[in-house]
Amino acid sequence: MQDPPLKMPQSPPTPGLQGFVDDWSSDQRAFKNVSWGKAMMWIFLLSDTFVFGCFLIAYMISRSSTVSEWPNTSEVFALHIGGTEFPLILIAIMTFVLISSSGTMAMAVNCAYSRARKPTALLMVATAALGAAFVGMQIFEWSKLIHEGVRPWGNPFGAEQFGASFFMITGFHGTHVSIGVIFLLIVARKVWKGEFDRDQRSWMCSGKGDYEAVEIMGLYWHFVDLVWVFIFAFFYLW
Amino acid sequence: MAELPHDTDPKLPPAEVADVIPPHAHGWWSQYVFSQDAKYIAIQYAGTATAIGLVALVLSWMMRLQLGFPGLFDFITADAYYQFVTMHGMIMVVYLLTALFLGGFGNYLIPLMVGARDMVFPFVNMLSFWIYLAAVLVLVISFFVPGGPTGAGWTLYPPQAILSGTPGGQSAGIVLMLLSLILFIIGFTMGGLNYVVTVLQARTRGMTMMRLPLTVWGIFTATVMALLAFPALLVACIMMLFDRLLGTSFFMPTLVELGEHLSYGGGSPIAFQHLFWFFGHPEVYIVALPAFGIVSDLLAVHARKNVFGYRMMVWAIVGIGALSFIVWAHHMYVSGMHPYFGFFFATTTLIIAVPTAIKVYNWVLTLWRADIHLTLPMLFALGFIVTFVNGGLTGLFLGNVVVDVPLSDTMFVVAHFHMVMGVAPIMVILGAIYHWYPLVTGRMLNQTMGHIHFWITFLGAYAIFFPMHYVGLVGVPRRYYEIGEPAFMTAPVDGLNAFITVAALTVGAAQMVFLFNLYWSRRHGHLAGSNPWRATTLEWLTPVVPPEHGNWGEELPLVYRWAYDYSLPGAPEDFIVQTDPGPKAPDAGPS
Repeated sequence: MQDPPLKMPQSPPTPGLQGFVDDWSSDQRAFKNVSWGKAMMWIFLLSDTFVFGCFLIAYMISRSSTVSEWPNTSEVFALHIGGTEFPLILIAIMTFVLISSSGTMAMAVNCAYSRARKPTALLMVATAALGAAFVGMQIFEWSKLIHEGVRPWGNPFGAEQFGASFFMITGFHGTHVSIGVIFLLIVARKVWKGEFDRDQRSWMCSGKGDYEAVEIMGLYWHFVDLVWVFIFAFFYLW
Repeated sequence: MAELPHDTDPKLPPAEVADVIPPHAHGWWSQYVFSQDAKYIAIQYAGTATAIGLVALVLSWMMRLQLGFPGLFDFITADAYYQFVTMHGMIMVVYLLTALFLGGFGNYLIPLMVGARDMVFPFVNMLSFWIYLAAVLVLVISFFVPGGPTGAGWTLYPPQAILSGTPGGQSAGIVLMLLSLILFIIGFTMGGLNYVVTVLQARTRGMTMMRLPLTVWGIFTATVMALLAFPALLVACIMMLFDRLLGTSFFMPTLVELGEHLSYGGGSPIAFQHLFWFFGHPEVYIVALPAFGIVSDLLAVHARKNVFGYRMMVWAIVGIGALSFIVWAHHMYVSGMHPYFGFFFATTTLIIAVPTAIKVYNWVLTLWRADIHLTLPMLFALGFIVTFVNGGLTGLFLGNVVVDVPLSDTMFVVAHFHMVMGVAPIMVILGAIYHWYPLVTGRMLNQTMGHIHFWITFLGAYAIFFPMHYVGLVGVPRRYYEIGEPAFMTAPVDGLNAFITVAALTVGAAQMVFLFNLYWSRRHGHLAGSNPWRATTLEWLTPVVPPEHGNWGEELPLVYRWAYDYSLPGAPEDFIVQTDPGPKAPDAGPS
């Protein structure tokens, strides 16, 4: 069964479903113009989606199975500023900061496309700073709740699964953000030193002389932000 | 890059990416120990999995000694028995079968079969093995800590898994088990990303998805499933670790233990079961799909005939992979969940029988009027088909709620899953080792030892598990240390249990013959030559066999046809390799 000669991909890719079928029935690559690194990040993020999905579903099961009352999140996560109770004010600021960091990240990726070395590095550092600020506020929130007596095994507000889910989910997400901050700084340093402008291979640098690592970092960072939106909706607002 | 002559082959699209040479080893350590070559990593994976698998084999002997001759051996206490059951199950399913199929066969065969020089991320691939090794070591350590390993059963159901009544529950056993699983998942994810991206993005020119050998399809689909199923186990492990170490109550309801009110409350043990089986059921197919793929190739090569219905085989693999994510609660019919759930999950479970049956029919039709060579790989492949059909048929019993309820937690279930996901995949693994050993070492395995090994293993497996179905139907519950002769049992089973034990010891001993054969043939086996089975697939077509670093020498192979051009009428030989650009054979019929 020798197939007819394969179609030459010289012409521009076919749009729509036919293009999808063409790509998947072609040789060499299923995702045309997607590098190995980017493909790996996408597939990793798919897997990580299932991790966070399981965490959130497990939290919802806990919440529905517990016999005690679930604490009112807008009271627990309120800050007392100048004599007024602001419900969820800190979380709102945290969310704003993290979403803004997605904006700076997107700008960094855009600069990377045009190989603007310095703006790319600076925008990545800005993204890392916003991410670090987010983690800092998270630490503040954790200490405040711990100070008020919230523990993984119990809390003064109601169902003990509340504290457990809170520390587990925000902790797991915070770890993702922290890892992201570290790698943002590493990649930013490589951009600044011009490692992506050379044809030399090094760690996390394919040696193709392009800024793709910035874009891959961006995929991860936007994912972490997106996950936060779901945590915000399902844990804090519900 | 200099343009090689074959880069301009008019029959194939041009190369889309530059030929990347994988990093070379500098010295002994980076060549043999911290190797980044997928072939070495494969051997490391396979060796580690086999070593820990031997531990699990010995554990199964201990269990059978207790069941066959209760009370004869003082060192097998009730606690020890539960620990043997638990560790045997966990090791066999996760640390042996999953690691051997994906880490072992996947690493060795994927790059060779798709025509790549190596996995796409060799460094990450190396890390994957070392983290897997760490996971195995943590597991081994749990045998030596005070209190011993966990005895919670391989499903680790809470609340009993972390209570003091269970061996290892309140000592280090369960903690080490959970940590080991978390490590395994991290390590596997690193390898799994490699396997998936290599298949999708690093194929050679001319190698379309529909020209991939079914081995690659099986391993690829199983890896995708594992990347989506292991997260549930990861989350379940983390949450149970918190329950055990921090005192959270994710899975722990209010409990009174030995008259003492525990501090837990409000958790849902069923939530763990859902998470566990959302991983656990795909896991069955993570083990089965690579076996399906490999056995298809073994049948085609040794029956000198193309796989019947290649496209249907591919779609069946993908279909089984997708369906296996919506059947998990058929493991939980007696857990007290809503009866409508049972209805739904019984339906989806029985629907999976359709693509599975397609595969079985196609294997049989591949053999139909074929030029069957009864080589060792073929014998094991035939053994697989028979065993898999047996195990599959009892699966139809257990998939139906009303039939399952009386059979649940009996030895019938043990017999069923050992047939379908124990013996059957191991038949394929053994056949695959007989098939690819010449590729790895350049020598054939010894035939005589191989036949002794096959017949004792095959007949012995039936001697063990056929009577076990009956033992279960009589009413013997599984996981019981000692049963005696309670009133609900309709017939005595002592004699049968002793018989099963003798058979189990014999089959285990036969595996020692196999291991000796692996060792002996390395030096004394017949030289294999470059393509001893006259196969068409790329792994046998490297310039040097066994393949060297970078696999392909100067030029990557070019693929012009599918993997199953066997016995074409009019062709000079009974096989045409995938790299043969020759004109279409005159009477080949429609392609």
